[in-house]
Amino acid sequence: MARLTFVGGIHPYEGKELTKDKPIKTVLPKGDLVYPVSQHIGAPATPIVAVGDHVLTGQKIAEASGFVSAPVYATVSGTVKAIEPRRLATGGMSNSIIVENDEKYEEVEWPQVKSLEEMTAEEKVAAIREAGVVGMGGAGFPTAVKMAPKEPEKIEYVIANCSECEPYLTSDYRRMIEEPELVLSGLRVAVSIFPNARGILAVEDNKPDAIAKFKELTKDDQNISVKTLQTKYPQGAERMLIYACTGRKINSSMLPADAGCIVDNVDTLCAISRAVVEGKPLMERIVTITGDAVVDPCNYKVRIGTNYRELIDDAGGFVSTPAKIISGGPMMGFAVFDLDVPTTKTASALTCLSEDAVSEMAPSACINCGKCIEVCPGQIVPKTLADAVEHGDEATFLKEYGMECCECGCCSYICPARRQLTQLIKGMRKIQLANKKKK
Amino acid sequence: MSDMMKVSSNPHVRSKVTTSNIMMWVVISLLPAAGYGVYNFGVDALIILLISVASTVLTELIYEKCMHKPVTIGDYSAVVTGLLLGMNLPSTVPWWLPVIGGVFAILVVKMVFGGLGQNFMNPALGARCFLLISFPALMTNFVTDTYTGATPLAALKNGESVTVMDMIIGRTGGTIGETSMIAIVIGACILIMLGIIDLKIPGSYIVSFVIFLCLFGGHGIDPVYISAQLAGGGLMLGAFFMATDYVTSPITNRGKYIYGIFLGVMTGIFRCFGSSAEGVSYAIILGNLLVPLIERYTMPRAFGIRKEAKKA
Repeated sequence: MARLTFVGGIHPYEGKELTKDKPIKTVLPKGDLVYPVSQHIGAPATPIVAVGDHVLTGQKIAEASGFVSAPVYATVSGTVKAIEPRRLATGGMSNSIIVENDEKYEEVEWPQVKSLEEMTAEEKVAAIREAGVVGMGGAGFPTAVKMAPKEPEKIEYVIANCSECEPYLTSDYRRMIEEPELVLSGLRVAVSIFPNARGILAVEDNKPDAIAKFKELTKDDQNISVKTLQTKYPQGAERMLIYACTGRKINSSMLPADAGCIVDNVDTLCAISRAVVEGKPLMERIVTITGDAVVDPCNYKVRIGTNYRELIDDAGGFVSTPAKIISGGPMMGFAVFDLDVPTTKTASALTCLSEDAVSEMAPSACINCGKCIEVCPGQIVPKTLADAVEHGDEATFLKEYGMECCECGCCSYICPARRQLTQLIKGMRKIQLANKKKK
Repeated sequence: MSDMMKVSSNPHVRSKVTTSNIMMWVVISLLPAAGYGVYNFGVDALIILLISVASTVLTELIYEKCMHKPVTIGDYSAVVTGLLLGMNLPSTVPWWLPVIGGVFAILVVKMVFGGLGQNFMNPALGARCFLLISFPALMTNFVTDTYTGATPLAALKNGESVTVMDMIIGRTGGTIGETSMIAIVIGACILIMLGIIDLKIPGSYIVSFVIFLCLFGGHGIDPVYISAQLAGGGLMLGAFFMATDYVTSPITNRGKYIYGIFLGVMTGIFRCFGSSAEGVSYAIILGNLLVPLIERYTMPRAFGIRKEAKKA
């Protein structure tokens, strides 16, 4: 049964009014484009161009190097200038292909595609894999892998994650308002891959116009339903979304497919549609440039690889020196220390805040209020886990389900003592995951 | 941009609620009951409350200065302790009694165990019980100019009749803050509406206490007796303001119900079968001691984890 919400969660300041009424603006890159070969979860792609090569828009420049991997495409025409490690928005370094833009935007010849009816499910998945589509909500898991579960006939629902619960972000929302047909087309393609699947468009109730549009467009389609979810963070977290839509619960070591579900983000569905219907690779995405430190917050259609600074410049620059710049939204985004990073397949937003109360916030003693437990969507006890981390007590951490944490940040947000609960738990999870890999 | 930006882990925003404004709201919501106490018992009551608050705050300040620790009186938790302690004293006590109580509450019950968040017992109640045992005569002298008889609860225990309406409004003898059920409930409503406390502990406490009275109170289901028991003594103040003390109550949801039921039953036992008419303080302190145990056995199971999977 659909619950349309989940237990726990918070209602942070949404900040969506900054950009929600700003139409998507297309920007063309001016400077060099940077294509990290690791824009997804899994093995980094292998560059297949050399320095000095001329590349065209839509040309594959790095090949997937394994099953869980994704190819990378050039999004402009120009010359390969260098292949070297570059900083990513998430803080790490990745080998990157740097292309000097010749501003001609010469395109490759797009291959002829079969009509949707003629394609088999395998061909559709192959097209998605070839197009380099990854989960564009932030995780970056290769979509083709997701679309090829062990038992495709057991998939009952393909859920379009239209909740966009992260504060400040409006990129998915604008996509739903401006190109609902494209989102639907992607969902229909995804549904058609599975013999017994139905589509669900899961939208939070703070986007009534998107809901109305989808309802209008799907009123004759028995196979796709629109579900209105309660607005609450983190409604868009995969496990929470599945629960809200179907009442099924999965834990962190299960896949959505174990509950008969496949979840795809709005932009990912658009990329699926492009890949399967048009035969075009993933080259662009919608990025929200927002925050109170930006002169003119806006939604942009960006060619992947464009430098963030160009987007900030287009948005009029900064009102004042921002105190904090976050790649993504304020709840789960990564703080960047330098603007000189490229947009990637998973870059949904750049949030620039003029105030940063957090990084110098002094935590005080826990008063045992239990608010972290109330808000935790994973129904774990952040306080106990954080205590365990502070004491280096790995056994307690594992016993009390520390690995079930989805790092949504609700506990840190709500903690009246300002403890860095999420940070502590996240750190220990990283250590545990690394240890697991070693074994 | 040559300067590097500051980075930190997500989330990058925080709610506005902090420890100190929670504590401040607790103080504000105690004011109706404290105010009624002053109205009821006169200036004496006000002086006791002020001495009590001053002694807890000063004790915390001096202790932290002497121990070269960061001063934490800004979180208002010492004010809450002082106010609660004062409200749990009769208005007739000499001025030095709240001073001893305040020093004991902060120094022995709270600071020695590591300060806010580390005490295993509610400091105000710990101090009250300490005073009750050390100075029983002073602590149970409820005779003022206005009220010369026994407290309604004591009268009830002796089989005398009481006026329930007076008890609900608070026109009776007793400690400064406990007499007016209405004023306490008004304060509790503020806290509930702000989401600072919820009804899990007070609700299960009061319900289980009523059930216990019906079964073992010796009066059967007698509405007058039960409402007198509810309105009398420290039950309301205890249930809404002391049993719900974050630090000394269980953090888990199931634990809160168990804790509330335990308090209800213990209060019932103390009141029905004990030698004294009152039992809320001791019940809560006993409950405080069980909190670590209750928490350990009521840790929730994570989302999506099935029972059989727990062993793995």
